[in-house]
Amino acid sequence: MSTTLSSPPNLLAKSTGNVAGRKLKNIVMLTLCIVAAGLAILVLGLVLFFLLSKGFSSLHIRLFTQLPDNIDTSKGGMAQSIFGTLVLLGVSSSIGLPFGILGGIYQIEARGRFASLVRFFTDVLNGIPSIVIGIFAYAAVVVPLAAKAALEHKPTAGFSAYAGGFALGILMIPTVMRTTEEILRLVPFSLREASLGLGATRWRTMWSVVLPAARGGIITGVMLALARIAGETAPLLFTIFGNQLFATHKVAGVSVPTLTAPIDALPLRIYNYSQDVDPNHNAQAWAGAVVLITLILVLSIAARFATRGNMQEEK
Amino acid sequence: MADRAPSVPLITAASPTAPSPAQSVSKSTPKPSSIPPASSLARFGDKIYGAVIFLASLSIFGIILWLFWQLTGASLPSIRHFGLSFVTGSEWDEVSSSYHVLPYIFGTLFSSAIALLLAVPVSIGAAIFLSELAPRWIRTPATFLIELLAAIPSVVYGLWGIFILIPFMKQFIVTPIVGSRLPHLPIIGELFKGQSAGYSMLAAGMILAIMVTPFITAVTRDILRAIPRSQREGSYALGATKWETISQVVIPYAKSGIIGAVILGLGRALGETMAVTMLIGNQPPNTPNGISLSVFQPGYTLASALANKFSEASPGLSTSALVEVGLVLFGVTIVVNGAARLLVFYTAKDVQGGK
Repeated sequence: MSTTLSSPPNLLAKSTGNVAGRKLKNIVMLTLCIVAAGLAILVLGLVLFFLLSKGFSSLHIRLFTQLPDNIDTSKGGMAQSIFGTLVLLGVSSSIGLPFGILGGIYQIEARGRFASLVRFFTDVLNGIPSIVIGIFAYAAVVVPLAAKAALEHKPTAGFSAYAGGFALGILMIPTVMRTTEEILRLVPFSLREASLGLGATRWRTMWSVVLPAARGGIITGVMLALARIAGETAPLLFTIFGNQLFATHKVAGVSVPTLTAPIDALPLRIYNYSQDVDPNHNAQAWAGAVVLITLILVLSIAARFATRGNMQEEK
Repeated sequence: MADRAPSVPLITAASPTAPSPAQSVSKSTPKPSSIPPASSLARFGDKIYGAVIFLASLSIFGIILWLFWQLTGASLPSIRHFGLSFVTGSEWDEVSSSYHVLPYIFGTLFSSAIALLLAVPVSIGAAIFLSELAPRWIRTPATFLIELLAAIPSVVYGLWGIFILIPFMKQFIVTPIVGSRLPHLPIIGELFKGQSAGYSMLAAGMILAIMVTPFITAVTRDILRAIPRSQREGSYALGATKWETISQVVIPYAKSGIIGAVILGLGRALGETMAVTMLIGNQPPNTPNGISLSVFQPGYTLASALANKFSEASPGLSTSALVEVGLVLFGVTIVVNGAARLLVFYTAKDVQGGK
């Protein structure tokens, strides 16, 4: 209050003072802003430059087709990590999407104190560091699974796609919930009033009128949530353990992902290879980083296109 | 209309079903008398619908309670064993089963402080440039670059830090400063004591700064752009220079939003794990209590200790103590985020009062 109110008189008082000094200060401060922006863009550009140059120079088709080679590390790939990341995205979506989207619908349908309480705690959940979610998934999924396996004399330590997907799914829920809510809010209320006025029930209105209108936006939210969790590493340290092989087993002759066994993931592999003294592994870590970022970019750009299509439909 | 609550409440906290007669739209909901056949079934469907979405939103509370329950449950042995000394002591020793986290709490706060100190002036300057000064042909690509970098995962920043930042720092920052007279100055010297292999608080703080800069810049820029043009025009009309307009009109108007952006950045820095783990050194500094003010010394944060010590933890007290580290980190972030919310709340009130 004080600042905004007091500034105009302050300004007037100054404007009677020396004009050259004010102009000098203006130039100095604006230059500082430009320097700050230049510095930020320079550093961020350096990040991108080294990422692309180091990554592309070690990018090779082997990365996508081969498993790690422990004898000649230069010939290894990380096919199992890419596979694992995709499996984890699937498992986490099956947890995160239903809760996220339905919760977002609730927030648009409900009002009152309870709904704002839900909103508040969604923000709280969003603010919890991912590593804490990871240790939670360890305590809530890995430990019980391991105990169960020990009882049945099966050789599993509890680290699994289930545990990793659980952690990532929880990370998805608040993001999806908030974006769904925001998108649904953009659907004009006259639309649903018209539907209700025709005698449709509320769930029918939501299902046949509101959700189709908001489809593009919801897909955007989902894509962005996926892009966010695809790069998460910290929770995976406690939940998936890593694997040098494809985590699959055969059901009726067809290979399906094994969700109860340790699985690999791209960010985890990048982390492990970056800690390695083997320069081949370091190079593969850079290449893996480029693959991971490409995956994230594709998801984000697809998200942008999804929204664009939606906007045009509305016009 | 768009950002207000719908005029067709399905569920209100007070009365879940009864529509109030005052709401004209709700009247159009089929009443049993007007459309008899479908209504009871339809209402049943709506009840299920209401229940399902209600339960989905309850999952948020469920998860937070479950998380709290699991973490306290798993860390109970450690809480019983160490009590409050867990957060006030500084020794972490697997051999003697003695676990304390004060140096980690310090490391978390110290690295985040370095990060904000470096990132905030640059981010706000960059945001001012992007929103007030930059011509369009710079603004669009720069904004794109900043959004792009906000999406890069932290493990990739860590990778960059290990192979690019650390060698650069060793050559151009650490060696010149250690060789200069700076470490011998009375008070400031404490900040630059000791030799460094590059893996240090400073490295962690710098990578955190690089990571939160795009975030704070993007949010601040959005806030600045949302300020009505009339505010700036009014200031120019009074004869203010561009900088006077920015510093005395634009910034005060956006103050609470900018503070909020910085705090959100702080929240990220506090919980950031991978990049910090890869750069902070993960060993106690060379001091008796494990706390060193020197930015060249290695250290731990709560998150990096958690990530690092997990593989070597044995079942029992050791694992329990690690889970308690997670609990402490949870507590620290909740406290910081809560304080931030209050701060934004009060400064926001301030600005609104001034309008």
